Amino acid sequence: MKHPKEEELIAYHDGEAAGRETIATHLGDCPECQAELERIDALLAALNTIPVPEPGEDYGQRVWQQISPRLPQRRRYWWDFLFSEPNTVQWLAPRRWVAAGAIAALVLAAFIAGRLTRPGTPIAPVAVDQTKVRERILVMAVGEHLGRSEMVLVELANSGPQSAGQQVNISGEQRRAENLLEENRLYRQTALEQGDSALAGLLDELERVLLDVAHSPQQVTPAQLEGIRLRIEARGILFKVRVVGKELQQRGESGNAPAQPNGSAKNERNKV
Amino acid sequence: MKRMRPSVETTVESDAIAVERTLTGDREAFRILVERHSRNVYRLAYRMTGNQHDAEEVVQEAFLRAYQKLSQFASRANFGTWVYRIAANYAIDRMRQKKSEDSNRALPARETQEGAEIDLMSTVPDGAPSPERLAQSSQLAVQMRLALSQLTPAERTAFVMRHWGGSGIEEIADALKSSSSAAKNTVFRSVQKLRKALEPFVEQRGQARAMGTEL
Repeated sequence: MKHPKEEELIAYHDGEAAGRETIATHLGDCPECQAELERIDALLAALNTIPVPEPGEDYGQRVWQQISPRLPQRRRYWWDFLFSEPNTVQWLAPRRWVAAGAIAALVLAAFIAGRLTRPGTPIAPVAVDQTKVRERILVMAVGEHLGRSEMVLVELANSGPQSAGQQVNISGEQRRAENLLEENRLYRQTALEQGDSALAGLLDELERVLLDVAHSPQQVTPAQLEGIRLRIEARGILFKVRVVGKELQQRGESGNAPAQPNGSAKNERNKV
Repeated sequence: MKRMRPSVETTVESDAIAVERTLTGDREAFRILVERHSRNVYRLAYRMTGNQHDAEEVVQEAFLRAYQKLSQFASRANFGTWVYRIAANYAIDRMRQKKSEDSNRALPARETQEGAEIDLMSTVPDGAPSPERLAQSSQLAVQMRLALSQLTPAERTAFVMRHWGGSGIEEIADALKSSSSAAKNTVFRSVQKLRKALEPFVEQRGQARAMGTEL
């Protein structure tokens, strides 16, 4: 058997099962590879000696004290009360009577206010306008982001070796993919917060592809490049990015609501 | 009386109950999860970020995010593994952000809160360590910290998860949001870089030990 590659020996050290027996047999006969494995073992053992400071027995409690004021209130429904375990509901606790009294007072106040206030008071348009402006800025920015992402993916899809079998340098595309990753995360989170799950889903898929590109070696063999291309094609990401990117750019430029009536842009994205 | 350590199965089961209760609005149930898993997440975060301050921030953010996304958790895995992955994801983002901030600065700050602790996130190590620092700690330990700081965030995450966290390739791929083959490649590249940087020092120590001259 020929000598196992460095990565195979590292995988062997990690306990990977594939080809284990063959490598073990080879190691028994080859002092050179045995020495190589010992060097890997020694290095990883040395790295294990880097100490991690002990945060203390009460660390969990400290974390809780720090985060609990920042936790948003989870929505509770009135019927939760009915399904609570009996021992967790203290009917006679003074706190409950105070809370019940406060709720009753609020209901009464709302009733009286309702009787005294004239119906049909229009809602101030300012808040609506601000929401529209924010949405438009997001639409334009995401549209441009998708346009830039599309260019990277297209360049990757079209790149190839200058002569057969030669490696391809994709370091330029990698750098751009890394830059795009940060903003992609930001837009995905914003889309999620705004309840646009279709756009968030597309950005999530795009993020995986960009990460794949960013983590690939700088010089790839034609086979590796083909692998990247196949993964891009398998997800149909280029097509989705193109369609949604164009749609968003058009919306951003027109500065209006979606082109289709009834706000159907999200529906269109769902179809993609 | 000494409290018995709960078995893994009991922990997973009671984690599931605590998750359910948190979802119905019981914040105290989430406290149980935080107190139970914080130290484990901290170990991962420290190894990834290399300093206490950042590690503590990663832990807090991981639990905040876990709380916000809890309805998506749906008991697919155990809570410990899930929050561990959230922490790994956040730590990568934080390391990337810090790296880009540091590279924008003309003179990266290398002062630390504690004298012996080096900022592992500085991207441009200033050559050989100072004689004072060498006197404080062994040369190998310093070199190991420097070598780890020179890995990319993805390589460092892959290395920490694989060699310290015992994570499988699929789990690492999930944290890196890449394919399994790319994750495998990242793990390999991290070990290869560490070997290149550290083997001369590891061998020196081995020889010194053999000769009985190790400090």
